[in-house]
Amino acid sequence: MQWLRRNGVMIFGGLVIAYMLIPIAVIALFSFNDPEGKFNFTWNGFTLDHWGSAFSIPDLNDALLTSIELAALTTIIATILGTMIAMALVRHQFHGRKAANLLIVIPMTSPEVVIGAALLSMFVYAQVTTGFVTLLIAHVMFCISFVVVVVRSRLIGFDRRLEEAARDLGADGWTTLRTVTLPLLAPGLVAAGMLAFALSLDDFVISNFNSGTTVTFPLYIFGAAQRGIPVEVNVLATMIFGLTVLAMIATLIQQTRAEKLASVRPDDDADVGFGGTPATKPATGAAA
Amino acid sequence: MKAWAQKRGIPYFLLLPGLAWLTIFFVLPMIFMFTVSLYEGSLDTTYEFTWHWANYSDALSQFDTQFVRSFLYAGIATMLCLLIAYPLSYAIAFKAGRWQSVLLLAVIAPFFTTYLIRTYAWQTILSNDGVVVDFFQSIGILNSDEYLLKTPTAVIAGLTYNFLPFMILPIYASLEQMDQRLIEAARDLYSSSRTAFLKVTLPISAPGVFAGVLLTFIPAVGDYVNASFLGSSQQAMIGNVIQGAFLRTKDYQIASALSFILMALIVVAVFVYIRFAGSESLMGDEEAAT
Repeated sequence: MQWLRRNGVMIFGGLVIAYMLIPIAVIALFSFNDPEGKFNFTWNGFTLDHWGSAFSIPDLNDALLTSIELAALTTIIATILGTMIAMALVRHQFHGRKAANLLIVIPMTSPEVVIGAALLSMFVYAQVTTGFVTLLIAHVMFCISFVVVVVRSRLIGFDRRLEEAARDLGADGWTTLRTVTLPLLAPGLVAAGMLAFALSLDDFVISNFNSGTTVTFPLYIFGAAQRGIPVEVNVLATMIFGLTVLAMIATLIQQTRAEKLASVRPDDDADVGFGGTPATKPATGAAA
Repeated sequence: MKAWAQKRGIPYFLLLPGLAWLTIFFVLPMIFMFTVSLYEGSLDTTYEFTWHWANYSDALSQFDTQFVRSFLYAGIATMLCLLIAYPLSYAIAFKAGRWQSVLLLAVIAPFFTTYLIRTYAWQTILSNDGVVVDFFQSIGILNSDEYLLKTPTAVIAGLTYNFLPFMILPIYASLEQMDQRLIEAARDLYSSSRTAFLKVTLPISAPGVFAGVLLTFIPAVGDYVNASFLGSSQQAMIGNVIQGAFLRTKDYQIASALSFILMALIVVAVFVYIRFAGSESLMGDEEAAT
């Protein structure tokens, strides 16, 4: 009983984690399935065939490539625009701060179906043909806010004395930005970029409204769901999952190492996470 | 003058491109949709702007069941998320020790597979000849002619699953930065662990809980993927209606009116939130910047 009281919360946590991972396990498991009909719902025997033919469906490949291209462009544009906004919010005084904050928060708190529908109705009215460009416009729009939130929490923990030191040593503004500010900001930028990439790659609802004849990976899946999703989709999803997890683990290890190095520095600035008040305990964690 | 432009102009220069993008492709479409919602006419005749408020009453009276259903499903899913997420966040923040980053990775792992594929996986798991239905039928929770797909239970379960990380992460963030010495202090002052939790931990995590509730409820209430993958027309939510009206029946006025009613309800919720906790706490506190 005593044991249960002490460990109950951990056991519950373990169960929840298992619950969260079950669908992923099912996706991976069914990538080895050999389904009888078109629907990959029931287990019918193990096969590696679909892993061998992972890239044999041209439409699916095109959709995946379109998604990756779209996500890459979205990441670049949204990270630049979002970082600029975050810089202004944290480091400068200006009129209309409240309005700027509101403009950043509201897209994050609007239902996607409304955002997508509103954009489409404007594109229809303006007689813009929907396609890759309108998708890019939409994706950048919903990613900017998330980039701002992530980069800004990194900027808040930023030791500005390092920049002053660079200036004192004769660096001009541009050199300081390039050699001090951006490298120190890099983990935040990487985190924000990864978030934007993931959001763009995963988006279905807003894309469904503004895609025209362009097909992204999620749109392909939605279209295929009616007539049976090919097993190759499971294979690709499992591949993407595996690669992302490996990348995350690599970043995690690298970050831990960097933190160990950074902790040699004598002073610890209070770190701020992305949801509230500054912590009083010393921490050098990134905002990611 | 030039010096002024250089110093005072910088923030505006930094803000301009991003905020312009948000204004042109978010605010403007919203305003535009608002005007569409007041048009009169149909595809066959012509559209005319007549301050046709009847679109709103039509939309509400035609689709009131879907509105109520959406708020009900999203509400139940949000409550379930909170009940599941709080203990888990607590465990990750205070009990996990060196496993902390691994557990956090597991929490965001679902994001590494496409939302649609996750929902599709639930379709597989809950399918009529799947393990879950078999098990429930054998222990008598379901009769032999009852299934899970195309029921409210399946849709709510899908919503709960898909939006759970949005509840976990803010609660975890608020618990993680809490000064644990506060609990020690409470214990030193002879409070029971239960009182310490209720009087110290819970209030400190309140902003996280509040943010989590909004971040879960808002996408859930507008969702239509779960209802279309795991439910039937009997479980259609307001998102399904808006999507159908916009893309299939092209009933733009009603769809716009519905979107705007949904949007208005959410803006009200956000304003309540800002009054409750302040916009800064949703965004991170820049006053802390040095």
